[in-house]
Amino acid sequence: MEDALLVDWSRAQFALTALYHWLFVPLTLGLAFILAIMETIYVKTGNVIWKEITKFWMTLFAINFAIGLATGIIMEFEFGTNWSNYSWIAGDIFGAPLAIEGIMAFFMESTFFAIMFFGWDKVSKKMHLLSTWLVAIGSNLSALWILVANGWMQHPVGMEFNVDSARFEMSSFWDVLFNPNAYSKFLHTIGSGYVMGSLFVVGISAWYLLKGKDVVKAKKSIVVGATFGLITSLFLIVSGDESAHQVAVNQPTKLAAMEGLYDGHERVGIVAIGQLNSEKEIGDNQDEFIWSIEIPYALSFLGFHDMNAFVPGINELVYGDEDHHNIESAASKIAKGKIAIEALTRYKKAKKEGDTLVATTALADFRANEKYFGYGYLKKPEDIIPPVALTFYSFHIMVGLGTWFFMLFFLILYFAMLNKLDGKKMLLRLAVISIPLGYVAGEMGWIVAEVGRQPWAIQGMLPTGMATSSISVAAVQTTFWLFAIIFTGLLIAEVKIIFTQIKLGMENH
Amino acid sequence: MFEEMELLYLQQYWWFIIALLGGLFTFMIFVQGGQTLLNNLGKTEKEKNVIIASLGRKWELGFTSFVMFGGALFAAFPLFYAVSFGGAYYVWMAILFCFIIQAVSYEYRKKANNFFGQKIYEIFLYINGSLGIFLIGVALGTLYTGGNFIKNEMNLSHWTLDTYGLEALLNPFNLSFGLVLLFLSRVGASLYFMNNLAEESIVNRAKEQLKINALLFLGFFLLMITMLFLMSGLSYDAEGFTIVEHKFFFNLIETPILLTTFLIGVALVIFAIYSALFKNKSNAIWFHGVGTVLTVTTLLSLLGFNNTVIYPSLSDIESSLTIVNSSGSHYTLATMSYVSLMVPFVLTYIFLVWRSMDKVKISSEEIEADSHHY
Repeated sequence: MEDALLVDWSRAQFALTALYHWLFVPLTLGLAFILAIMETIYVKTGNVIWKEITKFWMTLFAINFAIGLATGIIMEFEFGTNWSNYSWIAGDIFGAPLAIEGIMAFFMESTFFAIMFFGWDKVSKKMHLLSTWLVAIGSNLSALWILVANGWMQHPVGMEFNVDSARFEMSSFWDVLFNPNAYSKFLHTIGSGYVMGSLFVVGISAWYLLKGKDVVKAKKSIVVGATFGLITSLFLIVSGDESAHQVAVNQPTKLAAMEGLYDGHERVGIVAIGQLNSEKEIGDNQDEFIWSIEIPYALSFLGFHDMNAFVPGINELVYGDEDHHNIESAASKIAKGKIAIEALTRYKKAKKEGDTLVATTALADFRANEKYFGYGYLKKPEDIIPPVALTFYSFHIMVGLGTWFFMLFFLILYFAMLNKLDGKKMLLRLAVISIPLGYVAGEMGWIVAEVGRQPWAIQGMLPTGMATSSISVAAVQTTFWLFAIIFTGLLIAEVKIIFTQIKLGMENH
Repeated sequence: MFEEMELLYLQQYWWFIIALLGGLFTFMIFVQGGQTLLNNLGKTEKEKNVIIASLGRKWELGFTSFVMFGGALFAAFPLFYAVSFGGAYYVWMAILFCFIIQAVSYEYRKKANNFFGQKIYEIFLYINGSLGIFLIGVALGTLYTGGNFIKNEMNLSHWTLDTYGLEALLNPFNLSFGLVLLFLSRVGASLYFMNNLAEESIVNRAKEQLKINALLFLGFFLLMITMLFLMSGLSYDAEGFTIVEHKFFFNLIETPILLTTFLIGVALVIFAIYSALFKNKSNAIWFHGVGTVLTVTTLLSLLGFNNTVIYPSLSDIESSLTIVNSSGSHYTLATMSYVSLMVPFVLTYIFLVWRSMDKVKISSEEIEADSHHY
C-alpha cells in the first residue's frame, strides 16, 4: 500500500513539474525561430520597424524563457531525486543524452542569449543576428537530446542487460541516437513548439488588430506568424502521422488505448469523434463507445501503411491471440518475467558463493527469459493497459486542435494577403482564443505519450512502480505541494507580466 | 582513441571532468555572492539596477554549469547520482528550489505588475545566493564525510534516516565547506564588480566588502582544510574498504601534480585578494577565477584517485561508492569522452562572448539607455 502510494505521488510530482515545464518550452522553441526570421528581415531590409517588432517579441520571449529555465532545472534532477532506481538501471544509456544536451545546447543558449538580449549596441548587426539564430538552434538542440532520451524510454534500443551490475548498458550510441521513435517524437514535438510560437504571435497580433492598436506592426507580425504557422502545422500533421506509425509498431497497447480499440481486427477505422462507454471492462462484451463517428480503414492505413492491416485491440494484447496473429498473452509474459527475476536472483547468489555451475545455469535461464524481465513485476495481465479514457480523449483533443490550427493559419494568411483581415473580427477573435488552445494541445500530446505508455518507465522492460526512489511518501508529498505552490505563483506572475507588456503595446518597447 | 583506454582510466578521466566542472561552477558563484551583496553595495535604485544588470549577463552561465555538473554525474557515475539525489532528498530539493527562484528573479524583478513585487524577487536572489550556495557546500562536504545509505546486491539504494540528507547539517566539516563557498562567492562578487562596473561608489563599497569577506573566507577555508587533512577517509581494494587516517592529506602530498595545483590555486586566490585590496587592480577577478578553478578541481580530485572512496556510506561501509563501482560502462564512458572534447570549444566561445560584452565597463547611463535591461 505504502509502495503504491509512493509511486502515485512520485508520478504526480513528475507529471506536475513536466506539465508546468511544458507550458513554457513550446513557446521558446517556436518563438526563437520567429524572432530569428524577423531579425533577418530587419538585417536584410534595414527597415528599423522590423528591429522594433523583433525587440517587442523578444521581450515576451525573455519573460517566458526565464520561467522555462526555472521549471526546467528540476526535470533533470528529478530523475535522481524521485526515480533513483531508474537512474541506476537506465543511467548508463539515459544519462548520456542529458549530459550532451548540457554541453551542446544549454551553453549555446545561455551564452548567446546574453548577446541577443543585451548586445544590440555591443556587437555588429550580423553578430547579433547570428546570436539570435544560435539561441533558436540551441533551444531546438536541447529538445533533440531530451527526445532522444525520451524516445529511448518509449522504444528501448542499443542496449543490453548486464547481470553483474543489474542494469541496462549502452551497446550502440548510434542506435540510441537514430532510434526512429526518437526522431518521430523530436520532429513532432518541435513542430508543436513552432505551431505554439505561431499561435502566440498570430493571436496577440490579432488582439492588437481588434483593438486598432499598433496596426502596422501587428499586420507585419501576423504575416510572419501565420506563414511560419501554416508551414509548421503541415509539418506537425506529417510528423504526427509518423509518430503514430511508430506507436503502432512499437507500442500497440498505447495505440489501442489512443483509439479505444478493445477487439482488434483487420481494416480498422479511426474514431474521428466519439464518447467512450465508461462501463466497459477489459474482456467483457459491452460496446466500446456510446456513439462514435469513424473514418473507415484509416487506422490500419496510418498505423501500418496498409488498408487491410490487422490492428490488435486491448483484449488480444491482454489475453493473447497466438492462433491467428501470433500475439502472446500478458499472463504468459508475466510468467516468463518471474522466471527471469528468479534466475537473476539465483545467479547473483551463486556468484557471491562462487558456485560457477549454478551461476551458469541461472544465467542461461535468465537470458532465455530476459525479454520479459519487466513483466515479472506486474501483478496481473490487465496491468499492461494504460488508462484508456485519459489517453483516448487527450489524443483526440490534440488531433482536433492540430487540424484547427492548420485551418486558422490558412485563413489568416489568406485574408492577410487580400488585405481584408481588419474586417474579419470573428476570425481575429478565434485567433486570440486559439492561444490557450495551443497550450492545451501540447499538454494533451504529452499526456498521450506518457500516460499512454503506462505501466512502463521503459517500455516492456521496467515498470514505473520499480523505478522510484526508496523514500517516504511524506517527503514526496511535501515537495509536491511546494512545487504546486511555487510553480503556480510563478505562473501567475508570468501571465500577469506578459499581459501587462502586451497591453503596453508594441510602441513602448 | 578512447575505446582502447582501460576502464579505470576512463573513470578517472571522468572524475577529473566532473571535478573541473565543479571548479568552473565554483568560480561562477560570484554571481550568487553578488546577489547577497545587492543591498550592501547598491544604496540607490539606480545602483541596484546596475548591479543586477551586471550580474544578469552572467547568471545563466552559473545556472548552466550547475545543470551540466548534474548531467555529467548522471552520465558518468549513475550510481552516485541515484544514491545521492535519491537519498539526500531534502538537501537536493532545497538546493533546487533555491535555483528555481533565481531563474525568474532577474527577468521579473522590475517588470510591471509582477505579482510578488520587486522586494520578493530580491529576497529570492538573496536566498539563492546565501542558502543555495551554503547547501551546495554542505552537499559537497558529504563526499568526504559520507551519507547514510545502503545499497543492495542489485545496486538499488535507500537512505537509512528519515531526515534524508538534512543530518549533514550537523557535521562541522560540511558546515565549514558551506561557509567557505558562501564567503568565497562574496569575495568573487566584490572582485567582479571592481572589474565590471564603472560606478565608483559601488566599486568602493565592493572593496570594503572584500576586506570583510576575504577575512571570513580565509578563516573558514583554513578551518575546513585543517579538518580535511586531519580526517580519516576510506580506501578500497579487491578485499573491500578500509579506514585510512589522514587519507586526504596523504592523497595530496603523495600526488605532486595535485599538490602543485592546490598550492598554485590557493596562492592565486590570495594574490587576487591582495592585488585588489592593496594594488587596486581591477583584473584580480581573473586570478581569483583561475585560482578557484584549480583549488576546487584539486579538492574534488582528492576523492577520485588513489583508491579513494567518492561517497562513504555511514550506514554500511560495504555500500560505499567509488569511481569503480558507481560508474557508467566502458562503452558509455568512451562515447561520452568524445563528447567531452567539445568542452574547450564551449569554453572558448563563452570567453569570446564574455569579452565582447564586457569591453566597456557597465555604467548607470548605459543601463538607463537600454530598453532591455533587467
